[in-house]
Amino acid sequence: MKKLLILGAGTAGTMMANKLSRNLNKNIWEITIVDKDENHYYQPGFLFIPFGVYKPEEVIRPKKEFIPNGVNFLIDQIQKIEGDKNQVLLTSGKVLNYDVLVVATGTIPVPEETEGLKGKLWYKDIFDFYTFEGTTRLAKKLENWEGGKLVVNLAETLIKCPVAPLEFTFLADAYFTEKGMRDKVEISYVTPLSGAFTKPRATAMLNQLMNEKKITVVPDFYLQMVDNDRKVLISYDGKEVPFDLLVSVPVNKGDQMIEASNLGDEDGLNFVPTDKHTLQSKKFENMFVIGDATNVPASKAGSVAHFEAEILTENILSYISGMPLEAKFDGHANCFIETGFGKGTLIDFNYTTEPLPGKFPFAVVGPMDLLKVTRANHYGKLAFKWVYWHMLLTGKRLPVSTNMSMSGKVVEAN
Amino acid sequence: METLISNGTQIEVNAEGYLKNMNQWTPELAHELAQNENIELTDKHFEVLNWLRAKQAEGTPLSIRKVGNSGLVDIKQFYQLFPGGPLKISSKIAGIPKPASCI
Repeated sequence: MKKLLILGAGTAGTMMANKLSRNLNKNIWEITIVDKDENHYYQPGFLFIPFGVYKPEEVIRPKKEFIPNGVNFLIDQIQKIEGDKNQVLLTSGKVLNYDVLVVATGTIPVPEETEGLKGKLWYKDIFDFYTFEGTTRLAKKLENWEGGKLVVNLAETLIKCPVAPLEFTFLADAYFTEKGMRDKVEISYVTPLSGAFTKPRATAMLNQLMNEKKITVVPDFYLQMVDNDRKVLISYDGKEVPFDLLVSVPVNKGDQMIEASNLGDEDGLNFVPTDKHTLQSKKFENMFVIGDATNVPASKAGSVAHFEAEILTENILSYISGMPLEAKFDGHANCFIETGFGKGTLIDFNYTTEPLPGKFPFAVVGPMDLLKVTRANHYGKLAFKWVYWHMLLTGKRLPVSTNMSMSGKVVEAN
Repeated sequence: METLISNGTQIEVNAEGYLKNMNQWTPELAHELAQNENIELTDKHFEVLNWLRAKQAEGTPLSIRKVGNSGLVDIKQFYQLFPGGPLKISSKIAGIPKPASCI
């Protein structure tokens, strides 16, 4: 038997297990997937937990529910990939050999990268919301918080789901307004970027929303350290921002195992150098990388992993039959952005086309509007939870094209 | 399309003042570009500029963190050399495109 091994059973790895088990000949290929955690978390739901919109138990399901029959599922910690020997070492001592490897080990926030972030105020006045523990603790904190300076900070530009901190900020504005205490809370959004977002049209639209909601944007702020005694953020060029409650998006890194395997790129962030179109590793031709684990210049987001999974399935099938890798990923991302008070906006873009206004997924009829704040976009976001558990993870086709489509988008002159 | 003249040569730049063609760059031009940013270039500046140009030529995406790991300067020194937005400003002076932030 030939062996296909998938490392990581998060969003990307689980989708690949489903797609490959449908497409590979089971008389020839044995598929194995490894993850250290038994639980699958619906990560887009973490955003809503601090505001009581979702309960913690709504975002957890056992991973094994989503792994198809016939695929071996191992719960174990991955210690090291030995690419030159086509084998993976597990903490239990087990050694797994492979013919084809799919690396889908994702990214995690690492607050230890920043001096003082994980200090004595951690989980007292400083919280993250990208982990289950952080977001559930923050929910408790907000229940009784009496107000003051709320600071949302991005420690790095390269983070998972780059729109989530914006959404958190908009939802916080709505939450405190609905609690009747918005006048007691000063909200600021402190970012290393030059504005609320990276791409020009979306940034202009989001900066305006921030303004309307009386949220102060502090741009070009690259965090060096957090002074716990004085409760201030300090940037590398000596700027300071005081806080009473800090909601931090720490530096994101790939799995520690990537570093141990000497597979990371020069940033020292443990993301794997990957061909941005074929998703093949730049180091080993039988190694493919998908989702947050890659260093491709696309968003680290579930929608990206979904579009990549379509491309990667085709390319793995080509690879094992000795054909050239012809499917090309275009960097397509599609993100709902919650803006509070039951409304949201939507962006759709790729490596070369920035988010544009228009209708989605169909020209004229939509029903969703791109770069506009509407109720339909909010319902789209909430409906996505069902789509995620029932269609996306198990690799079913969604009514959205894999490569970005210009249909419905409005291109204006600059 | 905009152009600037350096040493009698026409240099094409984009609307934000970044060179269109990194091969038109010279150390003399770097001094002129740096003056617009109120920076007096030292040898240390040139070490960083040359490193950025080499990485750009290789096709490596650049970030402040990567410069901090270069062994030439740490992030704090990088800010001291190019105050404000170090990567954006140093890229302009190095004659390479404005770094694209990933999203």
